[in-house]
Amino acid sequence: MAAQTRPKRPVRWHIGIFLAPAVLVYTAIMILPLAGTLQLSLFRNVSESQVFVGLGNFRTLFGDPNWSVGFWNALRNNVWFFIIHMLVQNPIGVMLAALLSSPRLRFAAFYRTAIFVPTILSFVIVGFAWKLILSPLWGVAPHLLDFVGLKSLFTPWLGKEQYALIALSLISVWQFVGIPMMLIYAALLSIPEEVIEAAECDGITGLSQFWKIKLPLILPSIGIISILTFVGNFNAFDLIYTAQGALAGPNYSTDILGTFLYRAFFGFQLQVGDPNMGAAIATMMFLIILGGVCVYLFLVQTRLRRYQF
Amino acid sequence: MSTATRSLPRTIGAHAILLTYTAIALFPVILVILNSFKSRAGIFGAPLTPPTPGTFDLIGYTTVIGQGDFIHYFQNSLVVTVASLFFVLLFGAMAAFALSEYRFRGNSMMGLYLALGIMIPIRLGTVAILQLMVASGLVNTLTALILVYTAQGLPLAVFILSEFMKQVSDDLKNAGRIDGLSEYTIFFRLVLPLVRPSMATVAVFTMIPIWNDLWFPLILAPSEETKTVTLGAQLFLGQFVTNWNAILAALSLAIMPVLILYVIFSRQLIRGITSGAVK
Repeated sequence: MAAQTRPKRPVRWHIGIFLAPAVLVYTAIMILPLAGTLQLSLFRNVSESQVFVGLGNFRTLFGDPNWSVGFWNALRNNVWFFIIHMLVQNPIGVMLAALLSSPRLRFAAFYRTAIFVPTILSFVIVGFAWKLILSPLWGVAPHLLDFVGLKSLFTPWLGKEQYALIALSLISVWQFVGIPMMLIYAALLSIPEEVIEAAECDGITGLSQFWKIKLPLILPSIGIISILTFVGNFNAFDLIYTAQGALAGPNYSTDILGTFLYRAFFGFQLQVGDPNMGAAIATMMFLIILGGVCVYLFLVQTRLRRYQF
Repeated sequence: MSTATRSLPRTIGAHAILLTYTAIALFPVILVILNSFKSRAGIFGAPLTPPTPGTFDLIGYTTVIGQGDFIHYFQNSLVVTVASLFFVLLFGAMAAFALSEYRFRGNSMMGLYLALGIMIPIRLGTVAILQLMVASGLVNTLTALILVYTAQGLPLAVFILSEFMKQVSDDLKNAGRIDGLSEYTIFFRLVLPLVRPSMATVAVFTMIPIWNDLWFPLILAPSEETKTVTLGAQLFLGQFVTNWNAILAALSLAIMPVLILYVIFSRQLIRGITSGAVK
């Protein structure tokens, strides 16, 4: 027996064949272009040829006031955009999910379906529909405010610098509130009956039951929603573009990183497009998103208590 | 459940809040659709009332159908979405099967590599993707969009599907092997039919962003021939800023197919989300 050579394991070609299409497409269209973008940000077009300039483009982005003012403005607006989502979208989503998951609620399926409708609509529809509704020309918004006697509060929100970003953030919240609602709803449904019954035996019901029992159990889901919101917000472009155009007016007050990247890359009015600066901005966005994801993975997620049933 | 959780005032309160929010969610959609069936005077005179015989008018729809080539845009969107969906599901399921079924060196590394794309949006690679498409002559073709959306959809599809494929019983697959089935037959004949429900979930998650995307059609395929509905609607809306009938009709035409599909499939969608695929 000892003399017998161990049969060589056959090469399992099928594993490679199963993996190949996905890995090839994913690598060629996603990973290589991402790497290519990072690389492109280190070059500059000098007299028709690409010259390596190291971090020169980033020096321009942060040093040249023509770029840095726009960049910091876009970043600040983007942070606001994210904060408004976290403060409005996620609490509303959690509240709706908590109400929906209350036992024996009638019409729950109807509410769920209806509240999720805006999420399936495209940004083009959402941006334009709200633009029409908030337009002083049509007068639906002042009309509605008149019902509650607040007509004096109306101004063309999308046209005023101080309100436009908040208005657009709230429109985006309106569109996406269905996602946190659904994910939290799923998490709430997965809490075992016994836990809830044990709480009820101890006399913990209603609101205090939500705060003391259910909320700690759904914290991991809230964490996932936060990071999804973060990635989505710092990657947003469509809503601003459809509602305010590539210039993100009025006076760049709704400019976020996505629209800033688009303008740098394609140019606008007086400025010609610059792929290298576009790549530099995309690299910054990449680093910001990567940073956020790392903070989540290493600082937040490891500290979240998970309960296994 | 004890009666403590079901008191009347609390139920009424819950319904009141949910109804209010439902109204907020549906109001803009209903408003746009209602007003698209009105004459100009009706739109501005009484925006909040349903169309009456006096204000009913289809002028907006006739303008839109006469002007924009919406049927063609619709076909483009359909081709792109269906083809991308097919490749995402096929390639995603194959890769997920390889990752969940076989133990091989680099398995978890490969899983991580493929999952990277869930967190990093493909949009950041746009600059290089455009160069790639220009170099390969794929600009202004639907193929470019299909390739990009396939790459975009794969990470999440592999992630979700491999979770589900781990649940397919090993006994079944081993029984197939003993009967002399090849690994490919086991995958296509035994495993795929069993994970069909989760394929539906992945399909919905993949489909919505593809159908609604504006960025890649705008950059990779803006020509008249290859415009998608989303891009077509965007450009059309830009042209007709003052023709409210046409705008409202175009918006309604863009809303209705998605809305009808959603109403038909909402059960699957919601079951998919709540079944724990994304927990």
